[in-house]
Amino acid sequence: MNRLPLDPSLAPPGTRNFRDAGGIPADQWRADQDGETLVPTHCCFCGVQCGMYLRVDKGGKVFGVEPRNHDINRMRLCPKGINAYQQINHPDRLTAPLLRRSRDEPFREVSWEEALDHTADEIRRIQAAHGNDAFGLLGGASLFSEKTYLVGKFARVALKSRHVDYNGRLCMVSAAGANKLAFGIDRAANPFSDILLTDCLLIAGSNVGECFPVMTQYVWGARDRGASLIVIDPRETAIARTADIHVALKPGTDSAFFNALLHVVIKEELDDEAYIGAHTTGWEEVRDKAAEYPPERAAEICGVPASQIVEVARTFARAPKAMAWHARGIEHHSQGVENCLSVINLCVATGNLGKPGAGYGTITGQGNGQGGREHGQKADLLPGGRSIMNAEHRRQICEIWGIEESELPPAGTSMMEMVHQMRRQEIRGLIGICNNPFVSLPNYSTVKDGYDTLEFHAQFDFFLSETAANAHVVFPVTTWAEDEGVMANAEARVVKHNKAQEPPAGVRTDTWVICQLAQRLGAGDKFAFPGSREVFDELRVASAGTVNDYYGITYERLEETGGIAWPCPSTDHPGTPRLFEDGRTSHPDGKVHMQVVEWHPPMDPYDDEHPLSLTTGRTVAHFLSGNQTRRLGALVEQTPRPWVEIHPSHGFRNGDPVRVVTRRGSAVFPALVTEAIRPDTVFIPYHWPVPTAANALTIDALDPRSKIPEYKVCACRIEAGDRVAEVPAPPTAPGHVAYPAAQVSRTDPLPPTSPQGRGTAERS
Amino acid sequence: MMGRTIFIDPGRCIGCQACVSACRECDSHRGKSMIHLDYPDEGHSVASLPTVCMHCEDPVAPCAEVCPADAILVTADGVVQQADTSRCIGCANCVNACPFGVPKIDLQAKLQMKCNLCYDRTAYGLAPMCATVCPTGALFYGTLEELRAERPGVQVADSFTFGDVVVSTGVAMVVPADKVQWPVPGGLPIVEVNGRTVR
Repeated sequence: MNRLPLDPSLAPPGTRNFRDAGGIPADQWRADQDGETLVPTHCCFCGVQCGMYLRVDKGGKVFGVEPRNHDINRMRLCPKGINAYQQINHPDRLTAPLLRRSRDEPFREVSWEEALDHTADEIRRIQAAHGNDAFGLLGGASLFSEKTYLVGKFARVALKSRHVDYNGRLCMVSAAGANKLAFGIDRAANPFSDILLTDCLLIAGSNVGECFPVMTQYVWGARDRGASLIVIDPRETAIARTADIHVALKPGTDSAFFNALLHVVIKEELDDEAYIGAHTTGWEEVRDKAAEYPPERAAEICGVPASQIVEVARTFARAPKAMAWHARGIEHHSQGVENCLSVINLCVATGNLGKPGAGYGTITGQGNGQGGREHGQKADLLPGGRSIMNAEHRRQICEIWGIEESELPPAGTSMMEMVHQMRRQEIRGLIGICNNPFVSLPNYSTVKDGYDTLEFHAQFDFFLSETAANAHVVFPVTTWAEDEGVMANAEARVVKHNKAQEPPAGVRTDTWVICQLAQRLGAGDKFAFPGSREVFDELRVASAGTVNDYYGITYERLEETGGIAWPCPSTDHPGTPRLFEDGRTSHPDGKVHMQVVEWHPPMDPYDDEHPLSLTTGRTVAHFLSGNQTRRLGALVEQTPRPWVEIHPSHGFRNGDPVRVVTRRGSAVFPALVTEAIRPDTVFIPYHWPVPTAANALTIDALDPRSKIPEYKVCACRIEAGDRVAEVPAPPTAPGHVAYPAAQVSRTDPLPPTSPQGRGTAERS
Repeated sequence: MMGRTIFIDPGRCIGCQACVSACRECDSHRGKSMIHLDYPDEGHSVASLPTVCMHCEDPVAPCAEVCPADAILVTADGVVQQADTSRCIGCANCVNACPFGVPKIDLQAKLQMKCNLCYDRTAYGLAPMCATVCPTGALFYGTLEELRAERPGVQVADSFTFGDVVVSTGVAMVVPADKVQWPVPGGLPIVEVNGRTVR
């Protein structure tokens, strides 16, 4: 095949003229001959934070996406990233505040003044009658860090309530808690690029192919250089399919497995005694506990061969450089923190820390899952990762905020605990920002009950989510492309999102709405922020000198670079992509504090009526509660509905209606019969509302330390169902015609894919 | 074979359909995807496989050869273009002729569409949209040397058998190193139609 010369004049007539495209790197294009502009930004969805360009037409409207050669993703994008721009000018967008006095009434569109005044009145009424803590705030980890900082400050300074938390509580707080305990710092130790340098990559509890698709290029890159790949997952996922070792362990048994790996490492003298002696505390206790987990015992608990446990231990420990990356599969448990600590113990005991290609990483879920908890919207944290229980930390923040220390409320409770407080009427009013608990929290009937009990409920969102549809007031706010701000990705690399278009008339930024409410609550002087830049500058100051130091990161620096990893204490500091290179952790003694881990069974016991494990997870086409992705035609076509994945030994055929029953309820899903799952385990993806919600079935047991729900294991049974429930259309505002999702796609509706969403796509 | 082209590596495919979505964004057939994603071993494995136009070289583009309207042009650099809209009569001969099941017919418009290797991009040295975004490198655009620089020792094939017919293609497939055979099976021969033996 002959390659055409790179001379634009030789291009066939009618082809699009990318300016100077033949001679300069791809990400240097700025516009084509039609006058479009390319705005550099990042994807709004997961914690990879892929760089992308949004294509903006001459009228200032976003109309497409162009790959961007950013350090993180090097042009790669997943289907969510490619289709994300379609939500910006989507017909379902909320464009006026909605208000109703009671849930029996329909919403009516009102002015911003009326919606804000009414909300402030309700806050004052409830707090006057029941105390400041009777009003709560729930933020979100898809918000820019500036907004998460504002959420925490608003709760403590304007609402004066202890009750603030965020939906990152449902995401990676177990990893955060474990990292803080062991290292005194809450982030991944290594950048993605270190994966390319490792000799052995262990992925625990992460369906990387579907949840973090763009990270797979790093996994494959490592394999191209000869690295071993070990995948721990009850399902044979796309990434497990070609691993050197796939350990299909029973859900809820991870820490027993990792303790057994440590047992083998110690027994076969594969541990790094020099590293342990110089850099750790607590090793003796950890070693003694590991002695209680011989492979044979763990094999019985985990349902995998003892020989495989030995093989994994040897492969990991003998590798010159090894890394472990983990995600919700081991974190969404009532022993989520222990599970993460057991992974840390393995890495530390084998001396795999603080070196290129050796360390650990947490595969963050939401786009700002990392940054979302760093600056104070988590119940127990103040900006800069300070503890709200620490007197010195409280004093420091009160000084920045200009309030008395006595005015700063104590720690609040976690998101699921707040729902129980709503049911007990300890919390009577709530504002939710960028979250959708009606789909995302476990044990749906309890969640619905809690929200129905609220006297007043307001939501910020740009689509009417299932939770917003239950509110009294809904504030229509901007998408990620209509504002600017920063997010920290799974590597703790801070990246900047840029504004690509003006928001639709009637839509305001979250920052503006929060500041307006603060003004009405008498705290306007503390919230005089014209925009994100001013909030970020206060956040930088508030984080200075802490472990999560952002002081040296500025918007200008972020625009000049591919992002900067914190800590970054000064404006000439390059950032810290890799932790612990000097052998010191963030604990005052500089040591790794190894923690003893004891396995205990999942909280929902198996019995004759509920003999199987139900586990849940994501699909590649949808993001979290699906409020955004279930409105985009291409993604709906790709995965139109949930299914239940079951082993052929249960006797069902593909597509059969199968009822899944737990102690919380039951629901019917079409069967996806596959040998790629353990016979004692079933799987349901969780992005849909009732009656197709996995979270109608899951248990709301919490990890005692991280308070993360145990989404990844509960006891269930399966039986023949009558008929599969229809997937409800996403809610829309009054006056909006429910818009068939398929029409939002660029293409005409295509023939439906198979019920599992796994059918052959796009075949004529 | 083989200049700058697409290499398909099924072992890397995670079935995410980023290629399918990206293909819709390509300006040359904007709004329609020309990629198939198949699950060849469903029920046993999550294995998946993207199929783009293979840009057949020998025999030159069966789709173009059977086109009664001469609507399908093959450029000097071996790219089989989608049908010229001013000529296409929507007869679907190309659909029937293609051994890889690639061309699509818009029955209402009576027009054929197919992957044209993102000619608007590749003509300027850029990668096609599908291979640009593919998160795993299951679709790789470049030369064989560039591929091997990234993936040492990788084996590829660009000849496929369909019964007695051998088809050589401009697009190549990565094959397992221990199973290289020339040509590789491209599909099973049709031996029976409606119960009647045809061979």
